[in-house]
Amino acid sequence: MGILEIKDINKRFGGLQALGDVNLSVEEGTVHAIIGPNGAGKSTLLNVLVGKLEPDTGSVTFEGRSILGLKPHQINQLGISRVFQTPEIFSTLSVFENVMIACFAKRDGAFQLNPLASISNEKDIHEKVEQMLLDVNMADKRNDIAASMSRGDKRRLEMAMCLAQDPKLLLLDEPTAGMARADTNNTIELLKEIEEKRGITMVIIEHDMHVVFSLANKITVLAQGTPIVEDVPSKIKGNPKVQEAYLGGAHE
Amino acid sequence: MFGLDKVDTRTFLFVVAITLLAPFILNPFPSESALAQFNAGYPDLMQRFVIFGIFAIGFNILFGLTGYLSFGHAAFLGVGSYAAVWMFKLLSFNIVPAIALSIIVAGLFSLVIGYICLRRSGIYFSILTLAFAQMSFAMAYSVLSNPSFNLTNGETGLQVYASDPQYLKGNGPDNTHLFGLEMNSTATLEIGAWAFQFNIGFYVCAAFMIAAFYIAMRIFRSPFGLMLRAIKTNQTRLNYTGLNSRPYMLAAFVISGMYAGLAGGLLAATDPLAGAERMQWTASGEVVLMTILGGAGTLLGPVLGAAFIKYFENIFSKINDTVLHTWFSFMPESIENFLVAIIYPFVGKGWHLTLGLMFMLIVIFLPGGLVDGGMRIWNRITGKNRTQADPVADPKPAE
Ligand SMILES: Nc1ncnc2c1ncn2[C@@H]1O[C@H](COP(=O)(O)OP(=O)(O)OP(=O)(O)O)[C@@H](O)[C@H]1O
Ligand SMILES: [Mg+2]
Repeated sequence: MGILEIKDINKRFGGLQALGDVNLSVEEGTVHAIIGPNGAGKSTLLNVLVGKLEPDTGSVTFEGRSILGLKPHQINQLGISRVFQTPEIFSTLSVFENVMIACFAKRDGAFQLNPLASISNEKDIHEKVEQMLLDVNMADKRNDIAASMSRGDKRRLEMAMCLAQDPKLLLLDEPTAGMARADTNNTIELLKEIEEKRGITMVIIEHDMHVVFSLANKITVLAQGTPIVEDVPSKIKGNPKVQEAYLGGAHE
Repeated sequence: MFGLDKVDTRTFLFVVAITLLAPFILNPFPSESALAQFNAGYPDLMQRFVIFGIFAIGFNILFGLTGYLSFGHAAFLGVGSYAAVWMFKLLSFNIVPAIALSIIVAGLFSLVIGYICLRRSGIYFSILTLAFAQMSFAMAYSVLSNPSFNLTNGETGLQVYASDPQYLKGNGPDNTHLFGLEMNSTATLEIGAWAFQFNIGFYVCAAFMIAAFYIAMRIFRSPFGLMLRAIKTNQTRLNYTGLNSRPYMLAAFVISGMYAGLAGGLLAATDPLAGAERMQWTASGEVVLMTILGGAGTLLGPVLGAAFIKYFENIFSKINDTVLHTWFSFMPESIENFLVAIIYPFVGKGWHLTLGLMFMLIVIFLPGGLVDGGMRIWNRITGKNRTQADPVADPKPAE
């Protein structure tokens, strides 16, 4: 059994079948890529996983327990972090504060009433944030207000926030979109390192095939809400179904 | 010092100094001069400055940090006043139990109202708080005042009568007091043409305000305060980062409700009566104005805004046409009449007009409030570029 088991998920938006009979098993310690044309339902699937959407039918289990019906913060506290397709960050706060919030959430749980504690006394949190910023190459931007940064930097910041939580499962929705080539390569290196050193399981949605083939152990191709192929990267490239899905998707 | 960093310690000591020296600072003009009417250094007004300062500091913890705009905070202030007067009626005129009960009752009241109102955000939250406050006002005004069950004494307002039990009074004073120190006792210090007034009630309230300011400062610098600011920026991200925004909001709401209760209790402590009009929506609106005018989300802003509005309310409203005529009497009669005619609508009963205009100007040109304006002037003078002297200041208006 995989760390994440998705069974018979269906989700309709009015007349649109956004997800149809999705079955997916993600093995612990692997990088599982989900690819597919625009509108295939990739982000919708992640929305179901993090508690943003309730599926019409089906089940999702994480480490053997069902996570359907849980609130987003509860799912996160179980060890699932998500990087969104459009960066979700605390835009009026500094880079440092952004990462710090993630560290507090990891250490103190979903709610902690400590109105008289002082942030400046939190040495271990400060160290962790510094380390995280070094890891993602953002140490020089620590005092920048998040909103003032480029889209690529915002995404890296969001990734730093997720990684600061030491998640068991990291969901990445197009983590390199909007990044310059050099940053994309850095991100690939970073994710590779994380996978090797910390063994974090990852589900990655990506249009950039260079990223996908550099990282993935397994690839699922989603088309019109349904997985059509699941295989190791070397066998995906030549698969006629995959090419058809992408060409078909482009025609629509 | 006090668990604050250097800049914060300086800000705090500044506030302490200004507050303690207020009887001097607010009394710059000699007693007999024509400008004496601009003096604000008399006990009644100084008490109001600090009491409404407390109210605004608490409101700012909710609105300034989280961006949730409550339009019903006067309800908590009113409840605090009623609780305090009841303690006077039942126990004695000692203000300690009265103020303790005002804080507790306002805390419980805000827990219930906050729990319900926080099911919604944005404009719906504001409307819900407004509705609750108006309901409380109506209850206090009529429903809870009938011969069989008279909790609020309706239109007349709750006050202490000679027939009240006052079980713990003994030989204690017939006026509100702090263990025998009567709130309304005042010492006057005359230096030359000046008369400075030192009032017990003011100093008691000032001590509470300093404590309230200190606690707010600690909240601003705590992980809890950071989460509140995070709610204002991006509640979605907060939830997906594993934090439950609901209890954070509720805690902020209750804390600010308790501040309002304290302010209400102090109002009763300086003048032992409580009326329903304290809960009316105009009173709730006033604290919103104070906070925005001074600078929402800044530490000093709310105190400044409260003092500013109370000063206008009490000083500008007293300037009538007779006063104006004496000011301009050195001019030819026609010019005198002309000037008086122009200025008159903005003073006296028209002070609201001036306040409204100033509010508009500040919101449009100084979205960060008076604190923002002060900072800009300071930067201009010193030639420095300290845009972020107060790192918590967030000059963007809340959405
Ligand atoms: N909340 C929603 N309400 C209605 N329709 C939705 C909603 N979310 C997604 N959809 C629709 O569901 C389909 C799948 O959307 P989804 O965002 O999952 O695609 P995607 O595979 O992530 O595409 P992209 O590569 O462009 O990000 C789209 O047609 C989209 O318009
Ligand atoms: Mg998508």
